[in-house]
Amino acid sequence: MSDNKAYTRPAIALHWLMALMIIGGFAVGLYMTGLRLSPDKLKLYSWHKWSGITVLALALIRIGWRLSHPVPAPLPGQPLWQLRAAHYTHLALYVLILAIPLSGWLYSSASGYPVVYLGIKALRLPDLVAKDKELATALKQVHELLNWTMAALVTVHAAAALKHHLIDRDGTLRRMLPSR
Amino acid sequence: MHFRSITAVLALASLISVPAAFAAERAIDAAKSSISAEFTQMSVPVNAPFKKFSGGIDFDPAKPAEARAHFDIDTASFDIGDDDYNAEVRKPEWFDTAKFPKASFVTSGLKPTTPGNFEASGKLSLKGKTIELKVPVTAKTEGGLTTYSGTVSISRKAFAIGSASWDDTVEDTVKIRFRIAVPAAG
Repeated sequence: MSDNKAYTRPAIALHWLMALMIIGGFAVGLYMTGLRLSPDKLKLYSWHKWSGITVLALALIRIGWRLSHPVPAPLPGQPLWQLRAAHYTHLALYVLILAIPLSGWLYSSASGYPVVYLGIKALRLPDLVAKDKELATALKQVHELLNWTMAALVTVHAAAALKHHLIDRDGTLRRMLPSR
Repeated sequence: MHFRSITAVLALASLISVPAAFAAERAIDAAKSSISAEFTQMSVPVNAPFKKFSGGIDFDPAKPAEARAHFDIDTASFDIGDDDYNAEVRKPEWFDTAKFPKASFVTSGLKPTTPGNFEASGKLSLKGKTIELKVPVTAKTEGGLTTYSGTVSISRKAFAIGSASWDDTVEDTVKIRFRIAVPAAG
């Protein structure tokens, strides 16, 4: 494959940075909710929210970059269903990297906890909705459902990349790797 | 004879009610009042109400220096909106609601500052400790109701609220916001 079929360096950097933050944020999210109330629990909740807001900001940058820098076309010789599956999985992942942090932010607002980014009081984000216990319960479920959807899609996404790399032995995954 | 006794009863009633109109304590209208505490954890302000409190105000605008007010706040009625949090703040490290079910604020004087504004001096008793406070108060009368509102900051550590393990997550300063409504005087 030629180099012009690879993703741009910023796209690669954003992809892997966000992958790390999303997997980390997901793991912290799973862990923290089961903890009994303690100072550590409050810290983990804050870190989880800060990483989520960072993902949201990176997602906006990434979508802006993608719209202005076309991605390489899929490698030839793939069945149509695979191309479609890849297209819709990618589309759904883009929706989720916006929707998941937003649902978390909404959930935090509805619970009566403003998000103070990085703990810097000047970076207090506006409350998206007023405090409302029932709405908070509903948003918690939405946030969880979106996360499990993302976990399933990320599994499919990673499995497909590994299938291309290890079974098809084509250059699909290499186009997204930094060391070319 | 009959007529005279009615007159006597009326006269007696007026003797009782006349002073009452000037210097009676008016019980607070709890449904239209609110007392809440705003604490800050991980730089995040969290405001939560005390759902149960009572009290009375005796205030003649002509004699502010003689004004008296007292409030009792049910510490177990503090509602953060989450069962785990509510259970936590009732523990001995925080409010210790089993041992100290009530907090109270009793004023000893009221000083006019600017029109409609006062500074109330009083003693706040919480968790077995009593601390002198000066509280800025704004008074407003509307539709037969006088409301006294304001915000005062206190140190939670001064009242031994919260163990040291929370010091790096929960700030020492806690803002008490109040809006106390009583039937208008007169």
